[in-house]
Amino acid sequence: MNSEVSKPVKKVMIVVSRGSLDGVYPGLILANGARMEGIEASMFFTFFGLNTLVKKTMHSLKVSTVGNSALNMAMPMLGLPMTVPFPTWMGAIPGVSWLATSLMKRKMEKLNIPPVGEFLEMISDSGGKLYACKLAMDMFDIKREDLCDQVDDILTVGQFYAMAAGEQTQLLFT
Amino acid sequence: MKKQLAGREIEVNEEGYLLDPNQWDESIAQALAQEESIGALTDSHMKLIRYLREQQSKGVALTIRGIGKSGVTTIKEFYDLFPGGPLKKASKIAGIPKPVGCI
Repeated sequence: MNSEVSKPVKKVMIVVSRGSLDGVYPGLILANGARMEGIEASMFFTFFGLNTLVKKTMHSLKVSTVGNSALNMAMPMLGLPMTVPFPTWMGAIPGVSWLATSLMKRKMEKLNIPPVGEFLEMISDSGGKLYACKLAMDMFDIKREDLCDQVDDILTVGQFYAMAAGEQTQLLFT
Repeated sequence: MKKQLAGREIEVNEEGYLLDPNQWDESIAQALAQEESIGALTDSHMKLIRYLREQQSKGVALTIRGIGKSGVTTIKEFYDLFPGGPLKKASKIAGIPKPVGCI
């Protein structure tokens, strides 16, 4: 890489709109990873992604075992080949989503990936910014006091875009 | 490749990380800190650098999370001490290899 020509990314702005465990973690990892590289990072949580910031729900995000066509028998660490699909009927059995989630969480802990609450704290402590979407708050009747302390602000889409001002900003949708 | 640091010739890789942690001493750390725009290293910096060297010599994978839980410093303070990529910069100054990992 020729550093005289290429301009490094200075700021990433990550939108998290999904509320499943696997929908939320990529954004958290990307934001934390950006801060580790000295890149500014902001996260915008909207729609079900907002569950990540809500104190009551952040600890119970789940892996979806229904309607998740990428899920296979190897994924929830069942030890079977990746080519064996996870039957949808099986995913609908009570407790299966819970089991898949706890298996994945155990694996994540082994890989030193923190739980959601701790991850948000890490990102905030590293200087990353956490924003809640105003429209999603109104839609789900969520109040400021329902959100964790690390949330920096509640923003409209326009305000979020205004923060993207400056050179070498990347907007990511996870 | 070779590089002049604190009046000595040191072996570094193409990113400037020391190849031999035994070539490291505090004067090398101070010289690297200047290059990395950290400025003069304080006791807080040195305490952390020694901790990183000690962990690395034990073969422990270094992570920001682990450092936050070490009791040596907090994550906030770590970012304040080494602004702009703390784990990479602190490792370079500590004369240990660049940490690999996403967390």
